[in-house]
Amino acid sequence: MCLGVPGKILNIEPSSVGMTMGKVSFGGVVKEVCLAYVPEAQVDDYVIVHAGFALGKLDENEAMEVFDLLQQMNELAELELPQAA
Amino acid sequence: MRFVDEYRNEPDARKFLHAIAGMVTRSWTIMEICGGQTHTLIKSGIDRMLPEEVTLVHGPGCPVCVTPLELIDRAIAIARRPEVIFTSFGDMLRVPGSGTDLLSVKAQGGDVRMVYSPLDAVELARKHPDRQVVFFAVGFETTAPGNAMAVWQARQLGLTNFSILCSHVLVPPAMEAILGSPDNQVQGFLAAGHVCTVMGYWEYEPLAEKYRVPIVVTGFEPLDLLQGIYMTVKALEEGRWAVENQYTRSVTRQGNVPAQRLMQQVFEVCDRGWRGIGTIPNSGYRLRPEFAAFDAEQRFGVETIRTEESPVCIAGEIMRGIKKPHQCAAFGTLCTPEHPLGAPMVSSEGACAAYYSYGRA
Amino acid sequence: MEAPTSSVQRPTFAVQCPIPISEYPIVTLAHGGGGRLTQMLIERMFVPAFAPQGEASRNLALEMLHDGAILQTDGAARLAFSTDSFVVSPRFFPGGDIGSLAVHGTVNDLAMCGARPLALSVGFILEEGLPMDELWRIVQSLAAAAKCAGVNVVTGDTKVVERGKADGIYINTAGIGVIPAGVDIAPRRAQAGDLVLINGPIAQHGIAIMSVREGLAFETAVESDSAALHGLVGSILDCAGDRVHVLRDPTRGGVSSTLNEIAGQAHIGIQLNEASIPIDEQVRGACEILGLDPLYVANEGKCLAIVAREAGEAVLAALRDHPLGRGAAIIGEVVADHPGKVVLRSRIGGRRIVDMLSGEQLPRIC
Repeated sequence: MCLGVPGKILNIEPSSVGMTMGKVSFGGVVKEVCLAYVPEAQVDDYVIVHAGFALGKLDENEAMEVFDLLQQMNELAELELPQAA
Repeated sequence: MRFVDEYRNEPDARKFLHAIAGMVTRSWTIMEICGGQTHTLIKSGIDRMLPEEVTLVHGPGCPVCVTPLELIDRAIAIARRPEVIFTSFGDMLRVPGSGTDLLSVKAQGGDVRMVYSPLDAVELARKHPDRQVVFFAVGFETTAPGNAMAVWQARQLGLTNFSILCSHVLVPPAMEAILGSPDNQVQGFLAAGHVCTVMGYWEYEPLAEKYRVPIVVTGFEPLDLLQGIYMTVKALEEGRWAVENQYTRSVTRQGNVPAQRLMQQVFEVCDRGWRGIGTIPNSGYRLRPEFAAFDAEQRFGVETIRTEESPVCIAGEIMRGIKKPHQCAAFGTLCTPEHPLGAPMVSSEGACAAYYSYGRA
Repeated sequence: MEAPTSSVQRPTFAVQCPIPISEYPIVTLAHGGGGRLTQMLIERMFVPAFAPQGEASRNLALEMLHDGAILQTDGAARLAFSTDSFVVSPRFFPGGDIGSLAVHGTVNDLAMCGARPLALSVGFILEEGLPMDELWRIVQSLAAAAKCAGVNVVTGDTKVVERGKADGIYINTAGIGVIPAGVDIAPRRAQAGDLVLINGPIAQHGIAIMSVREGLAFETAVESDSAALHGLVGSILDCAGDRVHVLRDPTRGGVSSTLNEIAGQAHIGIQLNEASIPIDEQVRGACEILGLDPLYVANEGKCLAIVAREAGEAVLAALRDHPLGRGAAIIGEVVADHPGKVVLRSRIGGRRIVDMLSGEQLPRIC
C-alpha cells in the first residue's frame, strides 16, 4: 500500500470537470498528477504522490524533525561520554 | 532526490540502531502493517541490523495479498470477455486466482492493461466508447481517494462504459482483528504513513487505549522506519501506550479532509473478506447505491464462482505475524515467485516474496 | 534374406518436453524477461537440444553460454559469432529506434567476447501495413549505426507476414567478429579479489522505453543509452589485456540478472556497493514513482567488466577517458563467499541478496 513519492509542483491547471491537475517533477521526471486533494498547494511546493494523485502537501519544517531528533541524540551521547569513561 | 535521499544515509542510520540497542532491556514484537515498509526494511537490510530483542513481524499490509480469492476469480472472468479492456495496477497481474492469473489471461488473448493511475482507465473509457473499461480498484485507504475521483470523473463525463471492481480494505479493523485474536503476539505497531496521510491517525487512539499498545505512524524511508522503531521501543520500555507520529512531514491527526469527503460521497463501509484471514466486519469500502452504475460486479453479473485456495498456503498465519515465511513447508520449494501458491509470494510487497528475493532463510 | 540395415544415424528425440507443462503450458512474456524463466527455457530446453549430454562431439561453444560463441578456426584465428532479435515496442524511442538497437545489440554481443566486429546479417520480418516511410527511417538508422560502428551489413533476408502477425517489424541481426590473440574472456576467469566495473549510469534504456509506452508515459529527458561498445571494449583490452576476465552487457533483466548469471557460471560470489552504482537523477525519479528497482531495468549501452584487482584503477581511467565511459565506476568485487550469489551492501550499511529477476518486473503501487 503505499508507494508515495515526494515531487515538486511545476504548474497547476484547473480542469474542465473541476478536477485540478498539475505537472509534478520527481527528480526531473515530470508526470501529470491530480492536485484536487491539495487545494492549498502552490507551485514549488512538494507533495506526496500515489498512483497519480497528490495525497498531501509535504511540510518542509517537519521534514527536518528526524534530524532534530538525531541532533538531540548526539547531544545526549556527548553528555554521557564523561560518565562512561 | 529531495525528501528522499536525506533519509537514506548511513551515519544517521547507525545512530538510531545504536540508540535502539542501548535502550532495549527485553524482547519486543513489533508489527509493521504496510507492504511498502516491509519492502524498505528488507531491501535496506534493517531487519537484520536491529538488536535481536526486537522482532519485526510483517502484517497484512499488502492489499494485493489480501484481495479475496473470489474477487480475483471474478476479475479473471470479466477480463476474459471480448468487449472488456481490463485495467489494473501492476501488482495485481500475477496474483494467482483459483486456476490462473490476469497475466495468463493476457497471454491467452484477453485485453488486460497495466495502468499507473485510475484516471488512465477513465481516459481509456473515453477513448474507446465501444469497449467496456473495468478498473480493478484494490488498495487500502491510500488508494481510495484516487478511485473515488475516477468514479466521480466518470460520472461527470457521462461515461456509460466505465466501471470498477472494488476491493478496498481498511487498516484499523485489521489491526483490531489482530490485536483481538487470542494468539496475538504483537506488542507495538508501526502504522502506515500514507494511509494516515489520507485518514489521519485519530482512529488509532481508541485501539491503543483498548489494547494498551503503542502505535507509531511511520514513513517509508530507512531513517523513517528506524525512527519509528526507536519511538515504539522507547514507548514499550517506558510502559507507555499512545499513538505517536513519526511521519510528521506528511501526516496530521485529522488527515486529508477533502479526500475523506469525496471518499464518503462515493464509498460506504461494508464487511470484507481478507484472503487468508476471513471476513472482518466493517473493514472495506463498496460503492454507494447512487454509484451502482459504476460497479463492475453488478454490471457483469454474479455467476457463482467456486474458489479453490491452495491447501498448503499459510498466507493467513503469515499475514497475522504468527509465522514467518521460511517457516512455511512450501516456502522456496513448492512455492516460489515463479510458481506462487498464494498472494504473499506474488506481490513484491508480500512478506514471502520479499523474504525469498532478499534471501532470508 | 537379411533385412537391409540403414547406415544413417537417426537422431533420438526426447519425447517429453523438459519445461514442466503443468506449470507452463504456454510461453508467457516472463519467459522473455531475461530472468529466471528465460534461463530455464535456455538451460532446460535449448541447451539439451543443441548440446545433448553424453554425445560424442560436445558443443563446447554453446555450453559456455556467453553472449556470443567463440569458434576456433583451422588456423590460429578465433571467431566470435552471435545473434540477437529485436521486437521492441515502441519502434522509436528517445535516444534510438529498433534499427540502431539491432546493430548495437549484436555488435555488443561480439564485443563482449573481446571481438572486433567484422560483418552483420540483417533479417526483417515485416507486418503487412507497416508504413513504408517508417521502414525507410528504420533502415536509415540501422545503416547509420552500422557505419558508425565500422561494420558492414553483408547479407540479409526479408519476409512479410499478414496484418496482425508481427508487431510492425521484427529484426534479427547476426554477426561475426575476430578475437585478437591474448584475449581470453570467459566467466570461469573471474576470481576472488577481482573488481567489478561499469561504464556509466544504469537503467536508462528501460526507463526511456517506459516513458513512451502507453499506460506509463511521463515527460522526461531520459534517453536510451543504446550504443556500440566495441571501441570502449577495445580501450579496456588495450589497457589491461588478459587481466580483463569477464565482459558482459547487462540488457534485459538489468545489471542484477547479468551479475547473477556470471556468479552462477563462475561459481563465485559478487558483492555490490549500492552507493557506488551510478544512476541519473531522472532515471531514479522514474524508478521511484513506478516502484521499480533500477538494478533490474534494461540497459543497451552498458558494459560490466570484471578485471584483476591490480588493473582496476587503470581500467577505470581508460573507461572515463572514452566518450561512452564518462560515468564509469567500480561498483563491487568478486568474493569467494556465497558462490553463485550477488549480495548488495545498502546505502545505510545493511546487506541483502540481489536475486535473479522472477518473471517481469512490474510497476507497483505498494
